[in-house]
Amino acid sequence: MAILAFACLFFLVGIMVTLFVEGAPTFKDVRFFEFIFGKYWYPTHEDAEFGILPLILGSLWVTAGAVLVSVPLGVGSALFINELAGRKLKAFLKPVLELLAGIPSIVFGFFGMVVVAPFLQRLLNLPVGLTAFTGSLILGVMAAPTVASIAEDALSYVPKSFREASYALGANRWQTLTRVVIPAAASGISTAIILGMSRAIGETMTVLMVCGGAAVIPHTLFQPVRPMTATIAAEMGEAVFGSTHYHSLFAIGLVLFLITLVFNAIAELISRRFRLKLGLGR
Amino acid sequence: MKSKVLFIILAAVAGLALIAGTPLAAEKTITIKGSTTVLPIAQACAETFMNSHLDISISVQGGGSGVGITSIIDGTADIGDASRPAKDKEFAKARENGFELYENVVAMDGIAVIVHPSNPLSALTKEQIKNIYTGNISNWKDLGGKAGKIVVVSRDSASGTFETFNELALDGEKVRPDALLNASNKAVATTIATTPQAIGYIGLGYLSNEVKGLKVDNVDPTKANVLNGSYSLSRKLFMYTRGEPKDAVKTFLDYVTSPEGQKLIDQAGFVGLK
Repeated sequence: MAILAFACLFFLVGIMVTLFVEGAPTFKDVRFFEFIFGKYWYPTHEDAEFGILPLILGSLWVTAGAVLVSVPLGVGSALFINELAGRKLKAFLKPVLELLAGIPSIVFGFFGMVVVAPFLQRLLNLPVGLTAFTGSLILGVMAAPTVASIAEDALSYVPKSFREASYALGANRWQTLTRVVIPAAASGISTAIILGMSRAIGETMTVLMVCGGAAVIPHTLFQPVRPMTATIAAEMGEAVFGSTHYHSLFAIGLVLFLITLVFNAIAELISRRFRLKLGLGR
Repeated sequence: MKSKVLFIILAAVAGLALIAGTPLAAEKTITIKGSTTVLPIAQACAETFMNSHLDISISVQGGGSGVGITSIIDGTADIGDASRPAKDKEFAKARENGFELYENVVAMDGIAVIVHPSNPLSALTKEQIKNIYTGNISNWKDLGGKAGKIVVVSRDSASGTFETFNELALDGEKVRPDALLNASNKAVATTIATTPQAIGYIGLGYLSNEVKGLKVDNVDPTKANVLNGSYSLSRKLFMYTRGEPKDAVKTFLDYVTSPEGQKLIDQAGFVGLK
């Protein structure tokens, strides 16, 4: 068992080392500052430019939009399943959510490309339906089961005594829910939201298919963007082995890895802090 | 009694091994990797080739032109498909490894410039295409069409199709940064088919009724025009090998360029050499 646990650590370290070793040569040709804050991504042009700011913003933009969709959807489902649904409904809804989580991302991507994008294009009268918004919408639906299942766990861990105490003080169901249960589960719900964000920012196939792929700094949600993951997936296969372009794709992977690391660190920090506050540390 | 049972089992096992063994008796294997454009050619040819050459088995993988050429250099494939000629850097890398990258032209491919079927335009000049893709023209009314923003769709800048288009149509100038970059010919065709204001480009073999192929400099994007050289947006397709092809690889490449192989290439939507 210990060996298996350490094997995970071994793979993690291996991946990090690979990202560093393969990504570092980028900075022989491109200055770090130009790489992160450069506005143009022309990796194969004779006069090549390796600015990934549009890609970073593209990822964050789509992720932010996805949060707006996945939080109401995910937390709402968790609350409903935990608080309002009867036993039969609960037994039906939980597996459905898990089924939604199990749909391969390429299926979501294809659905988005063929159905959602043309629909949004006509509905909103956009020049093109493949936009950050389309990506956000689909990623939000994809991340919702993750958010819902972790948030639901958090809600179910709230001790029964909390509710009983609240009812005993004369609070009604709504007051108990908003002032006692949700604050008590806040750390778990926050963790759920941030893990949902990690899921959204790391998603590749869907954003590759529905976000349009234009490497520009986004000004609205309704324009095509090119997230980091889509760039790596689309270009790795064709990049000349050992070129700056090839190495820069690993460097993008490193940036992405650091961003998700920050997300996870924040999730950990929040859950620890709330736990102490509630005296559930032990 | 016991030995009789044992004998029957042994005989059965031996018989099964014999039956199972025959079709697997391929003595040589050829690995093909590379360009997704050349992939359908390699697949179609490999399938029919293996039917008549039971001693050779072929595995075909995609990955892109870069992967195709790289896998020849590092020896992980016997044939590297590419929709662009190898770069000097790649030739040099092969020489470093002690062999010559050998170029085999197997077919031609034309790039069709496509729009939504509802688009009133039916022809553009190369100059106009260049101006659209570099950002000098961004409204259809400047081209005599219905007023509306042009949605420019391009391929990923690392793909062979992009590189060829960039060279043939844009003279190496940069594509406008807000162009949509799609990852495959099929994805471009789908985007164009669902977006009335879009323009894109795909391999000739991917042309369908869902999209409208434009005349370029008044020449239709047809196979005949690619072969007679009048259609300007056309290119060669390659299968690279480690030095001159030998043995099984040579037999296969001879088959690809034979009339039978070239017929399969035509059927796959490309342009055979003859």
